[in-house]
Amino acid sequence: MCRLAMKTAITPFSPYSVISAMEAMQEGYDGSGLGLLLRGVNFADYKYQAGDPILSGIAHTDSSLQRLNAFMEANGYALKYDHEFDVNPALVEAKDRYKYFLRVYRLPDTFKDFSQTQIDEQLMLTRLALRADGEQHGGDLTAFSFWPDVAMIKEVGWPLEVGQALGLNDNRITSRICMAQGRQNTNYGINLYACHPFFIQGIATMTNGENTAFVPIREYLSGMHYPGYMGYQSDSEVFAHILHFVVNQLKLPLQAYKHVITPLKTDELLHHPQGAFLKGLRDACRRLIIDGPNCVMGTLPDETTIMVMDTKKMRPATIGGKPGEWALASEICGVDAMIPDRDKSLDFQPMRENTVIVPPDRQEYTIWSQFDQFPQHQAA
Amino acid sequence: MVSIRSISSTPSSLTYHDLPWIVEHSEDRCTLCGRCTSVCPTEAIYLAYRRQRMPKLDLLQKKRGSDYRTFVGIRQRTDLDHRCIGCGMCSMVCPNEAIGPQVNANDERAHFHSYQKGDAGKRGGRRNDRTSLLDQISFNRISMLTDPALDAGRHEFHMNTLLGRILPPAEYIRRQAAGEWIPPVREIFPFIIGSMSFGALSPNMWLGLLQGVAYCNEVLGIPVVMCTGEGGCPPWVLKSPFLKYIILQIASGYFGWDEIIRAIPEMQCEPAAIEIKYGQGAKPGDGGLLMWFKVSKLIARLRGVPEGVDLPSPPVHQTLYSIEESVMKMIQTMSMAWDFKVPVYPKISGSTSAKSVLNNLVRNPYASALLIDGIDGGTGAAYDISMNATGHPIASNVRECYLDLVAQGKQNEIPIFAAGGVGKNGNPVQNGMALIMLGASGVHMGKYIMQAAAGCLGSEKNRCNVCNLGICPKGITSQSPKLYRRLDPDQVAQRVVDVFMGLRIEMKKCMAPLGRSQSLPIGMSDALGIGNKDAADLLKIKYTC
Ligand code: SF4
Ligand code: SF4
Repeated sequence: MCRLAMKTAITPFSPYSVISAMEAMQEGYDGSGLGLLLRGVNFADYKYQAGDPILSGIAHTDSSLQRLNAFMEANGYALKYDHEFDVNPALVEAKDRYKYFLRVYRLPDTFKDFSQTQIDEQLMLTRLALRADGEQHGGDLTAFSFWPDVAMIKEVGWPLEVGQALGLNDNRITSRICMAQGRQNTNYGINLYACHPFFIQGIATMTNGENTAFVPIREYLSGMHYPGYMGYQSDSEVFAHILHFVVNQLKLPLQAYKHVITPLKTDELLHHPQGAFLKGLRDACRRLIIDGPNCVMGTLPDETTIMVMDTKKMRPATIGGKPGEWALASEICGVDAMIPDRDKSLDFQPMRENTVIVPPDRQEYTIWSQFDQFPQHQAA
Repeated sequence: MVSIRSISSTPSSLTYHDLPWIVEHSEDRCTLCGRCTSVCPTEAIYLAYRRQRMPKLDLLQKKRGSDYRTFVGIRQRTDLDHRCIGCGMCSMVCPNEAIGPQVNANDERAHFHSYQKGDAGKRGGRRNDRTSLLDQISFNRISMLTDPALDAGRHEFHMNTLLGRILPPAEYIRRQAAGEWIPPVREIFPFIIGSMSFGALSPNMWLGLLQGVAYCNEVLGIPVVMCTGEGGCPPWVLKSPFLKYIILQIASGYFGWDEIIRAIPEMQCEPAAIEIKYGQGAKPGDGGLLMWFKVSKLIARLRGVPEGVDLPSPPVHQTLYSIEESVMKMIQTMSMAWDFKVPVYPKISGSTSAKSVLNNLVRNPYASALLIDGIDGGTGAAYDISMNATGHPIASNVRECYLDLVAQGKQNEIPIFAAGGVGKNGNPVQNGMALIMLGASGVHMGKYIMQAAAGCLGSEKNRCNVCNLGICPKGITSQSPKLYRRLDPDQVAQRVVDVFMGLRIEMKKCMAPLGRSQSLPIGMSDALGIGNKDAADLLKIKYTC
């Protein structure tokens, strides 16, 4: 099965350190792939300007790359920086990788008068258009993300080898957050898009486990006809979309995520300070209740990090670290690999009611319990 | 000698070899106690004198002759009104195991004789068709990739469902903030005791059911609800705290509604819901009928009618022109009567127009659910043709409706409940969970409950099925104290409790291997498989063989 590793630190670090943590947990996955999300990106050879969107993906042929260029140009995006990976093709399992791209663009001038929501919408639609273009051409173009400050890399193979193949140990890219997952798709086919982390409008999650409620949830999300709620090559993709739905669409506080995916029981809600509101929320969102053993880790555009468990707490997960840097992993050896010199008494393994939140200041993490007061003024 | 004239040879004369059930009687064990004949609901058997030849052979005198003896034996009547219905009551009471009905293995000719006195055959009870598509569905999405995740015996499962209109999340949050009306929602057990009216059931039967339901709720914490069917509800129940476990049904006869409306000021709690009946699975598009011999004093009082008259409900709600209008007005009126605190929903028969009714409800802010009753659903009295051949099977009907809601992103905003043949072959959980995974939020079952909780003798082989005649041999569906005294309400209650505890175990046994425990697997169609390609394609589930 898969293993998760994530590090968040004030000082940017190399993704290779997180890949090493994956190596520490090597017995937990089959090495079928690696997915990485970097947030708060720093390039050694380029001064990245906050707010510029970064496009991540793979062009499998020269012609797809040209189509990509034409498309971006036609839509008014100007290329500012094109990161060249130091690829060692011998270490790449797949043979149809023409170019891994990680490119910084400038927003089109036409966006000048757009509200932030409109810009966000456009960025998402652009990514979806590129993805659709690739799918129309036999899958020759893969677009993982298009968002400021976010870079994504996904590839088939043993995680450490993928890291070496793409030269991720050369320190040319560093970031303040790095999410990594050893890939294994539960029950559904293998596909690059099926690889965690999943991404939508700056929100990303990855999961260790299985979501047995996938089909009804997918049907519900698809039924909303929101363009970004698509894909679903993996049963875990819905976790990212639910987080997006709760935070971006319903505009609820982050804590509501746990109440939506794993609501409390009726008896428990009867004793909850905002039981009535939460019971209604549970009913209204009951189609989004997840099931199966799961540990979900996610990050938000403001560099907040979260970790939640399913109601049965049947997957392991630990957070540990020190002020300024925290590591979250499926297993303690993963945390050890990322931050060995920490005070281990601060390690914490969340239980079924917990959401672990590392705020952007990263001074300490909070353990929020579902039984606690819910930070929603309307509900008071 | 029997004279040739006394042999009946009219067009409709039958011998017992022509009847669906043949009573076998072993004379050597029979002690002529007469219990069988006195208990037989159709008086199919009677004690009669018989004559037997005793051959006499006197070897010494080389003389042969015959003696005759007369003795008392049991005979079977062969006219259709008194035909043996195979209920087996005779064998149940016989102290010597000397009698019992046997299914006629021959082609029975009785079918050709059913139009008697110009009327078509009718019966109470079942469709008499063993096949059930629901019985063929298996649950097979079992993940072996992650560890076998759940233990049905030890883990906690959330098995309740919601009855009531569910707002879209954003709308819920908006109304909460604005302090606006939020539609009432009940958390109930997904297996619901379907509508069987207090006229159809005997007083002992419904008392037993109610006691059992109350015990499930109050002691076991299983929120079982039961529906009254048309015909009101006894006043003491209306004013009792048990009302919250009861779905009150209103149908086109409006029987019993005066009493209900008058009792509102004295109600201690609200009913679980109001069900407006437009149709039922058996005899869709036809009205209801309580025959005169079931209209006892008590029933007459509950329904506000004179004793001993036939009580037909018209097929339509006569005061309204269209189902849209009807649904709209009745739902609104009923919601208003209880201050918008009680879910109100219609029950329709499975039909090709179910989808339109559903879409109509989606647009009605007060509609709380839709109950679709498929062709296997039962009724107390119906023409054979309605029972056997009129209506729409439930599985594809529910699936179609659910997928229609899915396409609109509105699944479970209007929960769909399904009925019609759930548990007809004794597999209620398999049938019910299959319907739930096809998209139903819960299922109603009536006949299964009668069989399991009260020992109803009816089967899908045309056994018994005289519920409509007021002669139910078990006392379940008769209003005659002589008969219903046979049924002990306490024992019915006990059985109701047994049944629901058992259902719960089986539900867990279904859900655990699928890895579901946090919510009912509504619409979890990826878990379903069937070895029938056409059914699989139609239901959009896996074809497995
Ligand atoms: S089986 Fe029932 S109907 Fe037939 S003879 Fe026996 S008691 Fe009468
Ligand atoms: S036992 Fe009673 S309820 Fe059951 S089929 Fe016979 S008459 Fe009907």
